[in-house]
Amino acid sequence: MKHDGSRSSIRIIGLGNELRGDDAVGLLAARRLRQAVGNRAEVIEAEMAGVDLIELMKGARVVILIDAAGSAQTPGIIHRFDASDSPIGVRVFPHSSHAIGISDALELARAMGVLPARVIVYGIEAGNMETGQALSSSMAKALDEVVGRVIRECEVCHA
Amino acid sequence: MSEEPEQTRTIAVDMVARVEGEGALRVTVKDGTVQNVELKIFEPPRFFEAFLKGRHYEEVPDIVARICGICPIAYQMSAVHALEQIFGLRVEGALHDLRRLIYCGEWIESHALHVYLLQAPDFLGYDSAVAMAKDHATIVTRGLRLKKAGNAIMTLLGGRSVHPVSVKVGGFSRVPLRRELEDLKDELLWARDAAVETVRWVTDFDYPDFETDYNYVALRHPDEYPFNEGQIAATSGLQISAHEFEQHFTEHQVAYSNALHCTLQGSPYMVGPLARLNWNQEHLTPLAKQALADNNIALPLRNPFYGIIARSIEILYALEESLGLIERYEAPPLAAAPITVRAGIGMACTEAPRGMLYHRYEVDGDGVIRDAKIVPPTSQNQSRIEQDLRLFMPRLLRLPDKEAALACERVIRCYDPCISCATHFLNLEIRRESSA
Repeated sequence: MKHDGSRSSIRIIGLGNELRGDDAVGLLAARRLRQAVGNRAEVIEAEMAGVDLIELMKGARVVILIDAAGSAQTPGIIHRFDASDSPIGVRVFPHSSHAIGISDALELARAMGVLPARVIVYGIEAGNMETGQALSSSMAKALDEVVGRVIRECEVCHA
Repeated sequence: MSEEPEQTRTIAVDMVARVEGEGALRVTVKDGTVQNVELKIFEPPRFFEAFLKGRHYEEVPDIVARICGICPIAYQMSAVHALEQIFGLRVEGALHDLRRLIYCGEWIESHALHVYLLQAPDFLGYDSAVAMAKDHATIVTRGLRLKKAGNAIMTLLGGRSVHPVSVKVGGFSRVPLRRELEDLKDELLWARDAAVETVRWVTDFDYPDFETDYNYVALRHPDEYPFNEGQIAATSGLQISAHEFEQHFTEHQVAYSNALHCTLQGSPYMVGPLARLNWNQEHLTPLAKQALADNNIALPLRNPFYGIIARSIEILYALEESLGLIERYEAPPLAAAPITVRAGIGMACTEAPRGMLYHRYEVDGDGVIRDAKIVPPTSQNQSRIEQDLRLFMPRLLRLPDKEAALACERVIRCYDPCISCATHFLNLEIRRESSA
């Protein structure tokens, strides 16, 4: 996991697997956002974070998570959830290649009283998650959009 | 569901939760008798073997670390040991110790996750770690802190805890300063005490009465609890080197699965913490031995559900071993031994958290990989899991469908199957048929 930036109270965490097609989208978004947000937010790329997500969120006031979603909707569709006060459910992130997926990790953090005050989750519907594939074109377009939305999200949170 | 044996019954569960990765299981019950148990795998598992061909040997540790987010060190260790064998290199001294230490980190991390979050809910009557955490926040917090202690070792030695980057053929790209390792000690001492508590905690669980004869397969070394070295030993009497692995262990393609099932001389066998512990008790550290005695744990353990006990003992062992390795550590003059590339074939087995992991590489004179073979522990345990389910199912036939399916999941979870090494989603289906 790559941490950088000062310990800002806004933390952007991009999740995914670089070698699994559209599953890389969270990592790629984090890489682009690192350039874009400067010192307004801390940016972390987390491959297969699972339950370690709890640790990665620790100490932040605002966390913005970005991951590929798999609810069998049109690839490239962007979902936005506010997990601050209630579970995001498992509908959009039903299949995790980790034992503990995003929704479980957030609920564990909530159950233990360590969930940051504000947690926003961006889920981007993945098309192809086959090992060894490149990012699909619909995912590449969604990546541009989600980066823009997260930048605006940071501006609002920072204000 | 009906309890009439002549009625056709199908039970389907879409996904086995709390299993690393994804896969599927189908159990067919006909006239009240278990007919068939098939563990199915969806993901083409051999991508990495193909992906490695044509790559330079120096790229191998980084590539194989991406096979599994839970046990990257195991993949790196089997790879570097196989490649070093080709190059006629034996890593010794402080580098050998650092490799044991980073492996300890992975065992602690992986085992703590499985014991606390994946398997404990089964024994405490919860359907998930989240539900358990609501009632047992202190215990879950202890488990996560234990896991973090393992992460800290991996992060210091591996550069980062997921997909570590510093392991290389010959040693490491960077070795830690003694001071850096000493900084870990306080937390490892806390974790060691927590591990003693963990053994006590899991030993008190209620276990299903389910004992059977297993062919336990693990590495055995004359001086060490095995990580990277040793002969392959089997309860059936086999004692061989990794060179001979493929002469005795055979992978089979089964019709219902993309993954290969591995058998030893045609029969299922078990790798993993239970096999290791049963084979290597004499090499445990003092507190780990004491924990066996204090909790009246008599080896060999022959119940797959006791895997959680074996994992807990190994967490304690790995913490004591880590502290011992740190105590005697002096930074080596070179972070990695120099390599002389030569063509050849090398094989190595190391002990991944889930069991023995076999790698074979063929390298040409330029150091380019010409062939690669990887046999992960989960592939090796698959036939054994099927066998356990065949034995366990008869007692489940009178349960409602949902409960029977959940009980099957609990059997599967005993093996901590890291199906992401070899598979995709795990769906569970129990099909009940009748001849009437």
